[in-house]
Amino acid sequence: MNTKHNSNLFNRKILLQAAGDSFIKLSPARLIKNPVIFIVAIGSVFTTIIVLGGIFKGSFSSFNLNIAIWLWFTVLFANFAEAIAEGRGKAQAESLRKNRTQTMARRLDGNQEVRVLATNLKKGDIVVCETGDIIPSDGEVTEGIASVDESAITGESAPVIRESGGDRSAVTGGTKVLSDRILIRISTEPGDTFLDRMIELVEGAKRQKTPNEIALSILLSGLSVIFLLAVATLPSFFSYSLASSGLSQSLNLTIPVLIALLVCLIPTTIGGLLSAIGISGMDRLIRRNVIATSGRAIEAAGDVDVLLLDKTGTITLGNRMATDFIPADGVTVAELADDAQLSSLSDETPEGRSIVILAKEKFNVRGREVHQLNATFIPFTAQSRMSGVDLRNEDGTMSKIRKGSSEAMRTFVQNNNGFYPQKIQEIVAELAGQGATPLVVAKDNKVIGVIHLKDIVKGGIKQRFAELRKMGIKTVMITGDNALTAAAIAAEAGVDDFMSEATPEDKLRRIREEQANGHLVGMIGDGTNDAPALAQADVGIAMNSGTQAAREAGNMVDLDSNPTKLIEVVEVGKQLLMTRGSLTTFSIANDVAKYFAIIPAIACALYPAKNGSGPLSVLNIMNLDSPQSAILSAVIFNALIIIMLVPLALKGVSYRPVTANAALSRNLLIYGLGGLVAPFVGIKLIDLIINL
Amino acid sequence: MEAADLVQIVLFIALITGLTPVLGLYMFKVFTGKPHILLAGFAWMEKSVYRFTRVDPDEETSWKEYTFGLLVFNLIGILFLFLIQICQLWLPLNPAKLPGVTWHSAFNTAVSFVTNTNWQGYAGETTMSYFVQLIGLTVQNFVSAATGIAVILAVVRGISRKTTHKIGNFWVDLTRSTLYVLLPLSVLLAVLLAGQGVVQNFKSYETIHTLQGQTQVIPMGPAASQIAIKQLGTNGGGFFNANSAHPFENPTPFSNFLQIFAIFLIPASLTYMYGKMVGSARQGWTIFTVMMILFLAGLSVSLLTEYSTNPAFGNLHFMEGKETRFGISGSVLFSVVTTDASCGAVNAMHDSLSPLSGMIAMINILVGEVIFGGVGAGLYGMIVFIILTVFIAGLMVGRTPEYLGKKIEAFEVRMAITANLVTSFAILVFTAWAVVSSYGLAGLNNAGPHGFSEIFYAYASAAGNNGSAFAGLNANTIFYNLTLGVTMLIGRFGVIIPVLAIAGSLARKNITPPSSGTFRTDNWLFITLLVGVILIIGGLTYFPALSFGPVVEHLLMKAGVAF
Repeated sequence: MNTKHNSNLFNRKILLQAAGDSFIKLSPARLIKNPVIFIVAIGSVFTTIIVLGGIFKGSFSSFNLNIAIWLWFTVLFANFAEAIAEGRGKAQAESLRKNRTQTMARRLDGNQEVRVLATNLKKGDIVVCETGDIIPSDGEVTEGIASVDESAITGESAPVIRESGGDRSAVTGGTKVLSDRILIRISTEPGDTFLDRMIELVEGAKRQKTPNEIALSILLSGLSVIFLLAVATLPSFFSYSLASSGLSQSLNLTIPVLIALLVCLIPTTIGGLLSAIGISGMDRLIRRNVIATSGRAIEAAGDVDVLLLDKTGTITLGNRMATDFIPADGVTVAELADDAQLSSLSDETPEGRSIVILAKEKFNVRGREVHQLNATFIPFTAQSRMSGVDLRNEDGTMSKIRKGSSEAMRTFVQNNNGFYPQKIQEIVAELAGQGATPLVVAKDNKVIGVIHLKDIVKGGIKQRFAELRKMGIKTVMITGDNALTAAAIAAEAGVDDFMSEATPEDKLRRIREEQANGHLVGMIGDGTNDAPALAQADVGIAMNSGTQAAREAGNMVDLDSNPTKLIEVVEVGKQLLMTRGSLTTFSIANDVAKYFAIIPAIACALYPAKNGSGPLSVLNIMNLDSPQSAILSAVIFNALIIIMLVPLALKGVSYRPVTANAALSRNLLIYGLGGLVAPFVGIKLIDLIINL
Repeated sequence: MEAADLVQIVLFIALITGLTPVLGLYMFKVFTGKPHILLAGFAWMEKSVYRFTRVDPDEETSWKEYTFGLLVFNLIGILFLFLIQICQLWLPLNPAKLPGVTWHSAFNTAVSFVTNTNWQGYAGETTMSYFVQLIGLTVQNFVSAATGIAVILAVVRGISRKTTHKIGNFWVDLTRSTLYVLLPLSVLLAVLLAGQGVVQNFKSYETIHTLQGQTQVIPMGPAASQIAIKQLGTNGGGFFNANSAHPFENPTPFSNFLQIFAIFLIPASLTYMYGKMVGSARQGWTIFTVMMILFLAGLSVSLLTEYSTNPAFGNLHFMEGKETRFGISGSVLFSVVTTDASCGAVNAMHDSLSPLSGMIAMINILVGEVIFGGVGAGLYGMIVFIILTVFIAGLMVGRTPEYLGKKIEAFEVRMAITANLVTSFAILVFTAWAVVSSYGLAGLNNAGPHGFSEIFYAYASAAGNNGSAFAGLNANTIFYNLTLGVTMLIGRFGVIIPVLAIAGSLARKNITPPSSGTFRTDNWLFITLLVGVILIIGGLTYFPALSFGPVVEHLLMKAGVAF
């Protein structure tokens, strides 16, 4: 989907659509979902009625009209922010919808094949798919193996293998079988497929407020009510002061002025941008090809402080590689390389191939073909625990070259009446201590040497873990390796902790333990046996390549099936929360300047000296032109700041992997201090412009 | 300002800071059931209280039961106090034969003393019998302060415990606070004050003939014992009408110093106890520092304006309404401390403060009485601000906000904002009502912004459970007695209930262990933030009202206009 996604923040089509939607969103039923903006809308209606009433009575006030217009703009800008965030998702949903064509499915009823509409498939139905068929719905491969084109969902054009039984049994409705034949057991009811849910999610159709968003809404509504009280009691205070100043009560504050003050004080900036921030958080995940089943999961991702990471694929490059040859006494390295290569020529495992490559690169041992050598390949079996070749020598005798674990080779050599040297044993122990896997090579009754097989830790991963540690996130490596090997890799990669010889039950237990100690745990997994742990984890990311069980247990699906994605997801969650906090702080800090604009404007008439100006005009520290332009400037600033911050709400505040304290200092400086200063400058500028 | 004034202030700060860990540690021991010095002498008393009241001290309750117990206890207190005032003529210890108190004044006073406000719409010596003062008012002085301590104890348990719904036993907290903290300290202070000349007797009022040949009634009574707890329990209700400006209540500069010191002693020490109980003394000191900063800021502005000259009187400082015994520094220190700490005792009339130091007194009250604040109340009020601060700023570190490992979520935010909202509601709405109604304006002695300040201050004081008056307002009317009474109830229980709900909710949560990703609440950054939030949230709500009151009065005074 990366490729299809339009990364332009504002493309023309979305902008136009959003502009239109801002008006549709004026319907009270929609506005009421956002209490702060709803208050502004009510204020706009009141002011408009007053302006119209004034026209009928013949006392038109251009000031009131201006206030009314800018109040409406405030509402529209807030709607626009939400619409544009939704618009980007909508465009994406459209392209997804194209894949949800009306496919016919071949359902198996007993042995009979019946053609039915895909939408009529029930959970538990078995369907057949052959080359060229579109898979009709989500399900599990129960029989067969096939290559499947999943580009419709993942955007990745390379076909993937789906087969029964293993950890790659899940298929997704809307994807296409490229070869072979599979039987699929349907696992979802119609309308609830992965594709359906994905469309719903990107469209934001069923978007529900997340826990933190709810808490923030409560705070914003509470503050709004407090400011409503402060403004509603003002006419009474003013009336007292007018009486004391010997002024007429007819000078009391007008409703448009009170509404203007109220709108400036209530947190409209964050109120207007709150839902846009939430939607764009989801959007950022989708752009990383991760589908979250709820916004709650994204927030939880920001909170995660323990990550369970599978060693293979996340910390190390999938497989062990040969990195060195250590010959036994009396053997040259070249001889060892030669034999090691021979033993691995037909070994199609990644380890085997890496031995051939090392032999070629380091010792220039040419590639040879097994059949040209009159050799028989002896594959690895669980019983022998070694592999190699039987080679017919020129003199007609047979040589057995084997490689395998230390124990297996000791048995092999001793069975051939050979001697297993002490030195080899020492080398093996030393390598194992470093976390490597030693493979011993023997020829008949003689030990030739040791191949150093090593897990290669991914480049840059140590740095990544250091960053995570700085952010207060503990990393736990999970591996099936023995404790010694695991410890060495853990040390090399810089993880905080590891679990060796971990079974799925161990993982589940570990997650429960961490949670009981107050931690939030994130993990990524694919297999059926990962499902319980994925369900237990606070953030469970299932790989798209995994089983259906895993995909349903987790609360996110990674379409790229990339285990490192977990770290990115955590970052998206943190950025989302930071953006919310920063804009809230900004919004509240803004109020100080707005007070200094409006209070002197409305109170300068009180207790006038002989020259007619009241003492409170000294509070007009911005030296705004007139009371009316001061109020108008504050209202205009209040509206414009929403639209100016839309890009920030959509992109999120800039994120760096630093400690909480550093992040706080930085954001506080920018958004707290900035929030105090910016409106002073902004309001003054607007005042200058409207008085030109 | 003279050197002696500065010495007094520095000594005051040093003593408070120095004794905070001492008394704090003692209270930590008392309330966590550890052995302490008074256990040997008084444990039997504690046990017999439980036996008599049939309380099982080991049985802890949920926040709802805790709140229920607290409310019932306070309701009974209000009813009892109301009845004995109405019936005081038929009760003993009434040598002056004072008649029964009017129903509205009795209601106001009953609420006032139970809510730890001690707003006094009446004059003590001409209204209340010794019986009412001793059995009614003084007892409430103790238990209302103990109630405050009980609430903060419940909050601490909510924070420091995990995954439980039990937050303690209200009756045990009440008993221990009274028996081991308030009583012994009061006895000590009462003896010291009596030594300075504060009266303590049951004599009838004496009539004397002055040198000018006139007669004067000199009130007597058991003053020292009530004054000790009035200061220590941040109650503030004076034995005499003039409160601590009365020479029998506060005779010497030393007794003045003792009284100021007593106001801050327990609230300051509670911060240390809090830190110890949540497992980090640093957390307690952080709160202490925030309080100290706000106190010093208020004190500095007050001193500055009081020592400036009043253009209306030529070159003189603001000596109007101050006791010459204490001078400007002794009075200003008292006024700032008493408004900071929700005490409300006064040794100078706040009405006569310069407009700006009058404003500081108001701001101290308006920010919610959290600058040390009332006994227990200041700290739990501060917790409300901490929750708001943590929620607003905590998001900026990219995690669900948490305080001391407890996630701050919708419920806590709802309760914290409710606590803020109800007090603002009472202050603003009742003031707005009073300043435009004939019965509100009827009690006013001053015009202009000063009159506005008097009314505004009264409701702020009631809502903050401070109890001091700006004076100049005759509040012993049905309108004021009732509206102020309701405001006091809102200001007390409108905060206590949400706070206890927060305690209950936090207790149920697990504790997230701290890491470098945790929003820290024990460093200078947090101190700055908390100070900012207190001033912005508290300040923004009342900025217009303050502009129409003290701010404009100050500006007018500069122009030579006085009210």
